[in-house]
Amino acid sequence: MKVLVAVKRVIDANVKVRVKTDGSGVETANVKMAMNPFCEIAVEEAVRMKEAGVATEIVAVSCGGASCAETLRTALAMGADRGIHVQTDLALQPLGVAKLLKAVIEKEQPKLVITGKQAIDDDSNQTGQMVAGLLGWAQGTFASKLTVEGEQLRAKREVDGGLETVLLKLPAVVTTDLRLNEPRYASLPNIMKAKKKPIEALTPDALGVDPTPRLTVLKVIEPPKRKSGTKVKTVAELVEKLRNEAKVI
Amino acid sequence: MPDYKAPLRDFRFLLEELLDAGAIQALPGYGEATPELMATVLEAAGAFVEKELQPLNRSGDEEGSVLANGAVTTPKGFKEAYAKFIEGGWTSLPCDPAHGGQGLPKMLHIAVEEMICSANLSFGMFPGLSIGAYNALLLHGTEEQKRIYLPKLVSGEWAGTMCLTEPQCGTDLGLVRTRAEPQPDGSYRITGGKIFISAGEHDLTPNILHLVLARLPDAPAGTRGISLFLVPKILLEADGNLGARNGVTCIALEKKMGIHASPTCQLAFDGATGWLVGHPHKGMSAMFTMMNAARLAVGVQGLGVAEAAYQGARDYARTRLQGRSPAGVAAPDQPADPIIVHADIRRMLATIRARTEAGRALALWIGRELDIAEKHPDAGMRQAADDLVALMTPIVKSVLTDIGHEAANLGVQVWGGHGYIRDNGMEQLARGARITESDEGTNGTQALDLVGRKLGLHTGRLLRQFFHPVGDCVEAASAKPEMAEFALPLAKVFARLQQTTAFVAELGLKDPEAGAAVAPDYLKLFGFTAFAYLWARMAEVALAKEAGDNTGFYKAKLATARFFMERLLPEHAASFAAIMAGKGALGAMEPAIF
Repeated sequence: MKVLVAVKRVIDANVKVRVKTDGSGVETANVKMAMNPFCEIAVEEAVRMKEAGVATEIVAVSCGGASCAETLRTALAMGADRGIHVQTDLALQPLGVAKLLKAVIEKEQPKLVITGKQAIDDDSNQTGQMVAGLLGWAQGTFASKLTVEGEQLRAKREVDGGLETVLLKLPAVVTTDLRLNEPRYASLPNIMKAKKKPIEALTPDALGVDPTPRLTVLKVIEPPKRKSGTKVKTVAELVEKLRNEAKVI
Repeated sequence: MPDYKAPLRDFRFLLEELLDAGAIQALPGYGEATPELMATVLEAAGAFVEKELQPLNRSGDEEGSVLANGAVTTPKGFKEAYAKFIEGGWTSLPCDPAHGGQGLPKMLHIAVEEMICSANLSFGMFPGLSIGAYNALLLHGTEEQKRIYLPKLVSGEWAGTMCLTEPQCGTDLGLVRTRAEPQPDGSYRITGGKIFISAGEHDLTPNILHLVLARLPDAPAGTRGISLFLVPKILLEADGNLGARNGVTCIALEKKMGIHASPTCQLAFDGATGWLVGHPHKGMSAMFTMMNAARLAVGVQGLGVAEAAYQGARDYARTRLQGRSPAGVAAPDQPADPIIVHADIRRMLATIRARTEAGRALALWIGRELDIAEKHPDAGMRQAADDLVALMTPIVKSVLTDIGHEAANLGVQVWGGHGYIRDNGMEQLARGARITESDEGTNGTQALDLVGRKLGLHTGRLLRQFFHPVGDCVEAASAKPEMAEFALPLAKVFARLQQTTAFVAELGLKDPEAGAAVAPDYLKLFGFTAFAYLWARMAEVALAKEAGDNTGFYKAKLATARFFMERLLPEHAASFAAIMAGKGALGAMEPAIF
């Protein structure tokens, strides 16, 4: 079975994110970038499926600017077989990405699509669901365990109340939660091999998709700095402050 | 505890912006080593050492390697970490693809070695010794020896050692007593005792390949009578499978000041079966090819510890709250300011940083020259690079290990009394760094190598490879007003190096003891000049990029360059004065006085 994995390039989790001085977004120039950790889990799951003989081919897809090719290389070094880079310099939003992925999926005809449940930059948690919706496929989000059973997929989901198990008819879209697996380190021989694996470059035009953002960002600001607290002398003073200053009682 | 993060940005700065790693890619065999690939490899190595090797550093030191019934058990987790290490292919990085290696540049290998040593110096000993054995077999082994043994060393399935030292024989290898008797089947029976054998016995690999210095029955006395032998711990069956245990036993582990997880073994060779590597009586020259690489590697160990000490000290200084800044309260919402507000704390951090970053530049520069010396199509270029490596090897070993010790010591100091507490992890760095100044030829021996051998070699030809680029740099920097603050101090220390070089050469010819007496200070002055040169070059790169940079990286580079020129480089004047004093008062300090 062919598995398609979507991977996103984000600011590295260890970097302290800074807002641009003009408030138009966050600073990404000269900032260390990495694969979104939830996408790493998605790639790892696909590679494990291939090692188990369940998956036959793994295609990694990334949408965005030229540097996304580096993130695709990381996926290839982890074990994906080939990459598809949908090149655009637009600031993509989940719906645009979902439409692009839908077009790639229709072209590639995978039986399973795995994405991260969300990206650590915008925390949207939308793309996987939108892809499933646009395709009319079954979806299993926040998966912490996956088992392929013939033409079905059993997915254990992490939901608010605990764990829920769903049985999905393939083809399906799955989004990964943190506990699905622990991604492997890229090994040196695989890093070398990844250089020789193909990355196909596509454009939104060629796919017949218009991923222009539908939402407008008005302003990005840093959260207000935490102010130092004060000590109150009496309970009466505390009540007075809660009532008149904080206006919470 | 220190929480090490691989300094990836600094590695990329050095490889891509200072040392033009793109040129490495042009060398035959390195076509795949693009700057992007090297950055990917560094990132992957960094992730591995941070998450797998660093967590075992403290526990490995407490637990130590243990000997029982001739078998050495490494601390908990080492075996699993080593299995992951070889699964990741890290032992194969610089090795020849013909033997299963990845064939990546030595410059890149040096960077990865630094990271390993920052995270876990003891762990680094195991693959470090294996690469030494690999180099010896690659250069001097027979085709059959290479075919049988090299793929195992490259994959890390088997490990290696270097067995040189004996109780009566350390720096002076001419005193080796271990004997090798020829056998009718072409093998040799090796008998004798070796000490200080790092990774001489352990449970990480099913077999260990010992490279042993010993004497043939007809051997002339001294270093001209020493041969090199390969002695596997386990002998191979005809089909290549592991067979009988060879006659080599670990009889004791040394109780050491540091690197407790690394087993330092006393090995007894009791008629062990071995095979000659290279020619009879030519073991010393075979060993030297290993030793030069090993000396650079030990320098890199010192560098690795220095970086770990820097990060541990910096992170503590940012979070430890004590007292208030003399410049006014810095953290009004906290009960006290972080100690990093104090000038003396920042002086210590800046001292470690200025030396570590220059040391890293030096190590990678010499790493690049190693690659050029091996791969460049032009023989003249190869020779020039080889000359520079030979000249700078004792300086890299000595200066970088001194830096490691000083940095670890300052790191303990930044932590105050807490630095002296074992659980906090800073004193372990100081204990670990200490051995690097003594092993693989003490730093005093390195100074003798520089003054006694390297200076005069080919009538001073080696020196040209350092003096010419530094002279060019002084000239170019002097023509740029914005570089004046770096060019002037560089010109000054360089002039003094030139002056003392002539003085030391003449002094050594007249009185070898006087040359030896000033050698350590001369080596220090050489190191200061190399650092001033590298800081000037790094400052030049940073000046051009500072304006458009929002990360503060180049601003910090320039600040560190200025700190080096202003606060550390003036120390060279003391070395200069000591050299110019010649043997002087030291000559009068006769043995009887002590």
